[in-house]
Amino acid sequence: MITRRTLLAASASAGLGTCLMPRSARAQGAKLKIGLITTLSGPGGYLGQDIRDAFQLAVDLEGGSLGGAPVQLVVENDAFKPAQAKEIADRFYKTEGIRLFTGIVFSNLLAAAVPDLLDNDAVYVSPNAAPSTFSGKDCNRNYYVVSWNNDSLHEAGGANAQRLGYKRMMLLAPNYQAGKDALTGFKRMFKGEVVKEIYTRLDQTDYAAEMAQIRDAKPDAVYQFHPGGLGIAFMRQYQQAGLLGQIAMTVAEPSMDSTIVTALGDSAIGVTVASHWNTDFDNAANKRFVAEFMKKYSRIPTSYASQGYDAALAIAASLKGTGGTFAGPEAFRTAMLPAKFDSVRGYFAFGPNQHPIQNWYALAVEKGADGKPGLRTKDQILTHYGDAYSAQCKL
Amino acid sequence: MSLVIEQTLNGVQLSAMLFLLAAGLTLVFGIMGVINLAHGSLYMIGAYASAWTAAATGSFLLAVLAGVAAAGCVGMVLEFLVLRRLYASDHVDQVLATFGLVLFFNQAMALLFGRQPLFVTLPGWLSGTVMVAPGVPYPVFRLLIIVTVVVVAALMWVFISHTRIGMLVRAGATSRDMVRAMGVPIRGLYTLVFGLGAALAGLAGLLAGPIYAVQVGMGEQILISTFVVIVIGGVGSIRGALIGALLVGGMDTLLRAVVPGLLQMMMQGPDADALAGGIASMGIYLVMASVLLVRPRGLFPAHG
Repeated sequence: MITRRTLLAASASAGLGTCLMPRSARAQGAKLKIGLITTLSGPGGYLGQDIRDAFQLAVDLEGGSLGGAPVQLVVENDAFKPAQAKEIADRFYKTEGIRLFTGIVFSNLLAAAVPDLLDNDAVYVSPNAAPSTFSGKDCNRNYYVVSWNNDSLHEAGGANAQRLGYKRMMLLAPNYQAGKDALTGFKRMFKGEVVKEIYTRLDQTDYAAEMAQIRDAKPDAVYQFHPGGLGIAFMRQYQQAGLLGQIAMTVAEPSMDSTIVTALGDSAIGVTVASHWNTDFDNAANKRFVAEFMKKYSRIPTSYASQGYDAALAIAASLKGTGGTFAGPEAFRTAMLPAKFDSVRGYFAFGPNQHPIQNWYALAVEKGADGKPGLRTKDQILTHYGDAYSAQCKL
Repeated sequence: MSLVIEQTLNGVQLSAMLFLLAAGLTLVFGIMGVINLAHGSLYMIGAYASAWTAAATGSFLLAVLAGVAAAGCVGMVLEFLVLRRLYASDHVDQVLATFGLVLFFNQAMALLFGRQPLFVTLPGWLSGTVMVAPGVPYPVFRLLIIVTVVVVAALMWVFISHTRIGMLVRAGATSRDMVRAMGVPIRGLYTLVFGLGAALAGLAGLLAGPIYAVQVGMGEQILISTFVVIVIGGVGSIRGALIGALLVGGMDTLLRAVVPGLLQMMMQGPDADALAGGIASMGIYLVMASVLLVRPRGLFPAHG
């Protein structure tokens, strides 16, 4: 048994060795492969689609390159399953020889797939998921977040609820890392009373039991974190239960992205949203992004798309700094940390834990000039804001 | 009190939905011995067909017809082309083949309709709430689901207990080989039963559309609970499906409604809520495990 195992291990490592050597020798002429693992099916399917499409858009706009490095995007669907995300990551690393990764939407998948990559000198640049467990003392030199730390999304949400003067809030989020981060983040900034917290299931589609509890608790407002299809189902049932217009709702951007707004139509009007980006931001990078995205894909980009695009720009800035090649994680890091790119959100810098420092805004769903509801930026909530964990991170 | 009434109705409505799916699935398994993972795909097809029709014509009635018809027709074609070849195979082959169908249909729907969830607008008279008791508003559409399923269940009972085809269906569920030996054209019966099960799944899908999001992969989410219903009720039994659905739907709603409050009395803050969420999601599986301990073949197994 032992001999067979050793034999297997030996042959596997020999195989790996021969695989790797010619690849690094070959790397000069070949395209740089970037592994994009994301969720393309299920309730979160359109989130991954937006990240992938926006990332691809950034590559296309630079004529197939990022920062002067010709790039080949290798995309695979994790199907919203942690084990599958891990399996893809391993395969990309071992058989495709990929060392630069991005794309994951959900925190529980990131926690499964990414740690082994980071330990093996691969680099991960997150366009969305950013669980607090990776932001503090377990931060990593090879791990960058372009979106936000999970908590800070909801710290902005809490600050917004505070700003709007709500006194009694009811909170709902799915029972997984990002859901827990959501409620922790919200309560960090909201100083009023939290009448009730409910953790829903991540695979839940029916929220009738929760609606009854909201009706019973009669809070000033509801704060809920339900990304993607979950959010559509939640909002629609909120409306059908007759709660919309009765009890105000305020959310963070994942619960009211532009796709959810389109799906809900007029019933979304009046919901307030805390966000780090919106389509109407008045800067040149954003105007170009929104116009090119609409031209290529004929739909309004969500915040996920903006993050996918920014992740590509951040990677491009780093590759440019290293002369158009990927020369190992440390060289990548030196060129990455200054964040020399024009983010579509405006101000952007990496904090000590390689998570963003950025501004947060209050949006509201309003009827536009075309008669269709859309997200409009109203006010700035937080300025040059990092996250609550960066102090614990020693890199 | 109003909370109790509302939660009871919620439990009944969830049970109704599960019953529609479980009835078709259990019939197919009971009579043909096929484990059909693609049942969730038929649910999805029903939802998409009706969402698309509703958007194109604006008619709710047409959308209902389209959803049921599309799922029923796809079901019959599927039986004719694919499942017919699987009756003699063992369950592993059936699971693999029907899982392949799940992947196929998911991708097909993503190609046809895109990955963005579709939204079904309800006609005005269905989208509001109605007072079911003083001070207890309840969504009209959820009430409609309950009523529809009660009617469908009654029709199924008449069909299965009081018609000749229904008799054959029952006979098929009890002893397949004997029915065949009696010279019944079993292939036609199979196609019909499969089509019926598919139409019921389509009906469930189109009823789910306006409440949940119509999206690729929506079938798999509910299929797991449906299997729990069938295992509890006993494979092949419509009565079992009904009781199983009521148990699962009731238990799920009950746990989600009651456990957080109970735990909050015993412990503090966010831990209680997180634990309650965990217990509520385990609930239906605990019910299944306890039923199987006492009745390993489910409550009402069809094959004696």
